[in-house]
Amino acid sequence: MSDQTTSERARPEAIKAVPVRHPWRWVSIAVIAVLAAMFLHLLLTNDNFRWSFIFLEYQEGKRGVMFTEPVLQGLRGTILLTITAMAIGIGLGVILAVMRLSPNKILSSVAFIYTWFFRAAPRLILAILFGNLNILWSRIGFGLPFDKQIGQLFGIDNFNGQFYGIRAVDLLAGFVAGMLALGLSEAAYMAEIVRAGLQSVDEGQTEAAVALGMSRFQVLRRIVLPQAMRVIVPPTGNETIAMVKDTSLVAYVPVTGELWFQLQQVSARTFIVFPVLVAALIWYLILCTILMIGQYFLERHYGKGYGAVGKAKQRLRDIEVEQGGRITKTAEGS
Amino acid sequence: MTDAAEMVRADNVHKSFGSLEVLKGIDLVVKPGEVCCVLGPSGSGKSTFLRCINHLEKINAGRIFVDGDLVGYRQRGDKLHELSEKDVARQRQSIGMVFQRFNLFPHMTVLENVMEAPCKVKREPKAEVRDRANALLERVGLGEKVGSYPGQLSGGQQQRVAIARALAMRPKLMLFDEPTSALDPELVGEVLDVMKGLAQDGMTMIVVTHEIGFAREVGDKLIFMDGGVVVEQGAPREVIANPQHERTRAFLSKVL
Repeated sequence: MSDQTTSERARPEAIKAVPVRHPWRWVSIAVIAVLAAMFLHLLLTNDNFRWSFIFLEYQEGKRGVMFTEPVLQGLRGTILLTITAMAIGIGLGVILAVMRLSPNKILSSVAFIYTWFFRAAPRLILAILFGNLNILWSRIGFGLPFDKQIGQLFGIDNFNGQFYGIRAVDLLAGFVAGMLALGLSEAAYMAEIVRAGLQSVDEGQTEAAVALGMSRFQVLRRIVLPQAMRVIVPPTGNETIAMVKDTSLVAYVPVTGELWFQLQQVSARTFIVFPVLVAALIWYLILCTILMIGQYFLERHYGKGYGAVGKAKQRLRDIEVEQGGRITKTAEGS
Repeated sequence: MTDAAEMVRADNVHKSFGSLEVLKGIDLVVKPGEVCCVLGPSGSGKSTFLRCINHLEKINAGRIFVDGDLVGYRQRGDKLHELSEKDVARQRQSIGMVFQRFNLFPHMTVLENVMEAPCKVKREPKAEVRDRANALLERVGLGEKVGSYPGQLSGGQQQRVAIARALAMRPKLMLFDEPTSALDPELVGEVLDVMKGLAQDGMTMIVVTHEIGFAREVGDKLIFMDGGVVVEQGAPREVIANPQHERTRAFLSKVL
């Protein structure tokens, strides 16, 4: 727009050119169409899939296996387990990440050792381990550590410094054991993700906030974490999706109110294996699809102030203002 | 304790990063309402000195007072006690700072950027802060941009928002760390105009800058730093027109 002084000239005829042909695109589309048809053929014509068993009726007078009451309960259990384990993972992960970045050497090494252990421990083993902790301890109590030993030191027998106790079998049965195993393991991964997010925020942000008189906590809560979220959310979405699938591991704790456990039971009762696997697959696909949609909206929320969309809109508005009115639709596509 | 008629007083300030000594004894007095410009080549320690004034950097020796209060420490008898983070934060509330790279909060709108500190730090009522923020943004010429995000603004506009953000805390002292160095030449003027207006309203300012014109026109005092010491100081017009020191002369001949 440098030569605004020249008078406006009549617009010449718009360009109408013959577009470049892409014959190979059509070839590839044809190949893919044939392959897709072959795949559908496989799915639909093989009776061993037993689609009616999956969707409609798995036994005389009962619903399809995906929708029977125990399986639906297992589905609820899986969702609940995912939510609680991720809640533990994210909450503890943020705390661990902040500890890891703290100038206090003890805090940061505790966080380091935690992440080291739980990242190195396989989830399946952790799950079974937590389910069997009652072999080691029959009671779980909170109170003064080494209370008996201290008591003996002063000549008191059976000195009891515990103020709260619960039977291990009650606490660590099934669901809680599975939740703890998955949640504690997840916290280690989340800690690394959150740390990466916190470190991705420009140092100048902290400086500006501190110069305004904000406290360290306010800086973290209001300035650094919201910006770190942009980096944290996509891998957290990954983790959540992985968690939905990893809940199937707790079938070996064993947790009975869980999707995979319930479907296996069906398989054991009816001796029908493959359709049950497909049914499980379909449920996990549905759950993860819902999560991916949620992730899209979360990313959009934390992308505020960044990215192409906001900038492009603003630029368009500026151009409009410059030209003194609304501009035609064609420019919007650019 | 110092004279109340001094807004900033630096006594023999030393600062080193590891074995590198950046400040080697800075003395400075800035009176209320004065505009003090700090010139010097890069690496001379001028930005570091500025950051020491609001305790973004801890000094190793000497004393800095702002409005009579020792910065970052409390003197009890002949012993110095470090201030807690909370107390340092309270001191910083009355010292505004503007950075070379603006450092606006990119996830907040312009208005939210300005309102953040008064609302969250001073816990002032929101409606009141909003009125003040709008007035400040109007004053820096950005009344139309309150709803924009920093990423949608030009550098000059961002820096003016940053100034409004600092002013929203009603500081008694403003520190400017090369506020126009990251800007296109065309946009420097709009930021300097805002700063000029501030100076005319009687704000005490310390400005690290390369804008000789601004120093001459607006500054009440000019200090020239090199190698961690103040080489020369005085009235801007005199120092610029008639530098006494060889080093000052060489520097000015290059930038003028």
